Amino acid sequence: MAQMNMVQAINSALDVMLGRDQRVVVFGEDVGYFGGVFRCTDGLQRKHGEHRVLDTPIAEGGIVAAAIGMGVNGLRPVAEIQFADYIYPAFDQIVSELARLRYRTAGDFSAPVTIRTPCGGGIRGGQTHSQSPEGVFTHVCGIKVVMPSNPYDAKGLLIRSIEDDDPVVFFEPKRIYNGPFDGDPHKPAVPWSTHPKGEVPEGHYAVPIGKAEIVRPGSEVTVLTYGTMVHVAEAAVRLAGVDAEIIDVRTMVPLDVDTLCTSVCKTGRCVIVHEATRFSGFGAELSATVQEECFWHLEAPIARVTGWDTPYPHAFEWDYFPGPARIIAALRSVMEAR
Amino acid sequence: MTQSRLHVPHPPARPGEKPDFSYLDIPPAGREARPDTLAAALEIERLGTGMVRVLDEHGHAVGPWNPHLEPEELQVALRHMLLTRHFDDRMQRMQRQGRISFYMKSTGEEAVAVAPGMALQPGDMLFPSYRTQGLFIVRGKSLVDLMCQCLSNTRDMCRGRQMPIMYHWAEGNVFSISGNLATQFPQAVGWAMAAAIKGEDRIAASWIGEGASAEADFHHALTFAAVYRAPVILNVVNNQWAISSFQGFAGGERRTFAQRGPGYGIPGVRVDGNDFLAVYAVTRWAAERARASGGPTLIEHVTYRAAAHSTSDDPARYRPKEEWQAWPLGDPVTRLKEHLIGLGEWSEERHAALEKELEAHVTACWKEAVSYGALTEGPALDPVSMFEDVFHEMPPHLQRQREELRQLLAARQAAADGTGGEG
Repeated sequence: MAQMNMVQAINSALDVMLGRDQRVVVFGEDVGYFGGVFRCTDGLQRKHGEHRVLDTPIAEGGIVAAAIGMGVNGLRPVAEIQFADYIYPAFDQIVSELARLRYRTAGDFSAPVTIRTPCGGGIRGGQTHSQSPEGVFTHVCGIKVVMPSNPYDAKGLLIRSIEDDDPVVFFEPKRIYNGPFDGDPHKPAVPWSTHPKGEVPEGHYAVPIGKAEIVRPGSEVTVLTYGTMVHVAEAAVRLAGVDAEIIDVRTMVPLDVDTLCTSVCKTGRCVIVHEATRFSGFGAELSATVQEECFWHLEAPIARVTGWDTPYPHAFEWDYFPGPARIIAALRSVMEAR
Repeated sequence: MTQSRLHVPHPPARPGEKPDFSYLDIPPAGREARPDTLAAALEIERLGTGMVRVLDEHGHAVGPWNPHLEPEELQVALRHMLLTRHFDDRMQRMQRQGRISFYMKSTGEEAVAVAPGMALQPGDMLFPSYRTQGLFIVRGKSLVDLMCQCLSNTRDMCRGRQMPIMYHWAEGNVFSISGNLATQFPQAVGWAMAAAIKGEDRIAASWIGEGASAEADFHHALTFAAVYRAPVILNVVNNQWAISSFQGFAGGERRTFAQRGPGYGIPGVRVDGNDFLAVYAVTRWAAERARASGGPTLIEHVTYRAAAHSTSDDPARYRPKEEWQAWPLGDPVTRLKEHLIGLGEWSEERHAALEKELEAHVTACWKEAVSYGALTEGPALDPVSMFEDVFHEMPPHLQRQREELRQLLAARQAAADGTGGEG
């Protein structure tokens, strides 16, 4: 085992897969010589060669389209979109092509593409470096959608994504690249070495896609969340003094309905937390699923704590970010409901 | 059996290696002919492979592209470029001190904004990139306003909603800068089409980096501009670097960026981007052409990004530190200054005095700007204002969310005042 932050864990996953499987290629803007603007591909071009770790032109649509072509021709491409906020020029290639290729050719063509992209706010990035667009991609049939919340899961899930025969959009919450974040920007940064999930095996292992994880067992209320908000929810639950069961969803598509709903049926209460905007956000899918599966066990209306339905405002980052205060308020209201 | 092999572009030099710009074909100043403004694109293809240059190595203005500007105009140009540079330096320092969250300098490429800004009419619409802050300065936007935007303070034109440098100025006919690349290029074409539809004599101009020319929006812009002969000037600022990717990664290895124009039926002109007079003259030529229904022009400005991509970037990781010193087209400020001195219209003393004056001006502007608040101190915008302008009229769900935030802020204030509630 080694201590790794999330950047190192992602780097390690790519390194392991480039080493094990000659079909794996890694590319994106500034990914090759420079090693990525967040350093996730640092050293990989030197080690695996410039024909397997490539810089690309600045063209997200081109990056994903080329990945599809490579995937069709037998490679396992891992494409980086530098910020999730810049993924939209590739939207047509993802939605109309990547997601549907297997379906429209009755399985004769498919492209096992993994698209890695940093997402989320809390870094003073304003509206073009802070978005959480995972919900947009969960609405597209034919792509898997993953978002890890710690280094161990990041490496295991990324390896599993690259090995998966279906396309995966792999969101990396950049606020927690270097350490878990409890939602208080005024506290000193905490490194991953303080967290058990900062312990990461150096070799190959996989975390299954489609499995949620109970990160804190509890009996009074279930908190469904993922990404950065797992850590914010943990802090809020501590402050609220509620015996909450916190579940890290980890994979949005396919969704681990069993783990989620077994918990809610047990606790009878549910709070859903995500950084993304609320309206038609992934929380709406979670809420509908819980309502359908757990209706007779619910003792309170399901609550959602999310980003407001506005673009991400630069100056009001911490009034926008759904921090501990809002999660605590939701926990209280759900606990008080009778 | 033959086997294909991938070509991976390499910049001529990496850190620790000697800078090498031998890949650049730089003809002598004054060589290129100045064609009629309505010449057919294919008849003037040479302008895409040559380079329009007016200032020679002695600082003299030579050849048919010399715009013959009055010394007073050149002095104004020098002032605009120097002010841009001092403004950039100050804002970079303020970012390093944590007063603003982010900044992008335009050092070394001030002429590609200031010269077109001066060559166009005030009614012409500008669609800037994030490294053409000189356009705002030429158009007369006050530095205080630009600084207030970077500070996200109570006078911020974006009302706290955008990262630093994402300015706009409706009254000054300068469009909003987007953080997304190349989006403004085809938008400028649409604006220009509207001007033609309405029968106006206004034209549009837009700027993108050579790196961003890889985006599909570049193709959209050129296609629409060519099809409708839109009155628009499309500027590609080839500053050699797009973060860590040198211009070869945007397709600049075998063809110039200007040469892409004729492929669409649009004239492509390659210009010495550090030569104020050349950039001015080429912009004038393209503007005349556009206003006379001759359609669009693609201009490639050959320049060098002397600064880091942004305050988040460290170019020492991917290019030689000495590249800027070795850049064969020099510094646009120095070149214009030497030209003016050669004309007998400027001196080192006047230059030093101007630098001092501008530095004092920037300092005074900064003092005023911070009096309206900073990101983390002083007067602040009301956070509930974040719900405004999502729509023209606020829909009910946003009204509800605004009320929720209001109550949250009141509870936080009460907790801070020690009257209960919680943070």
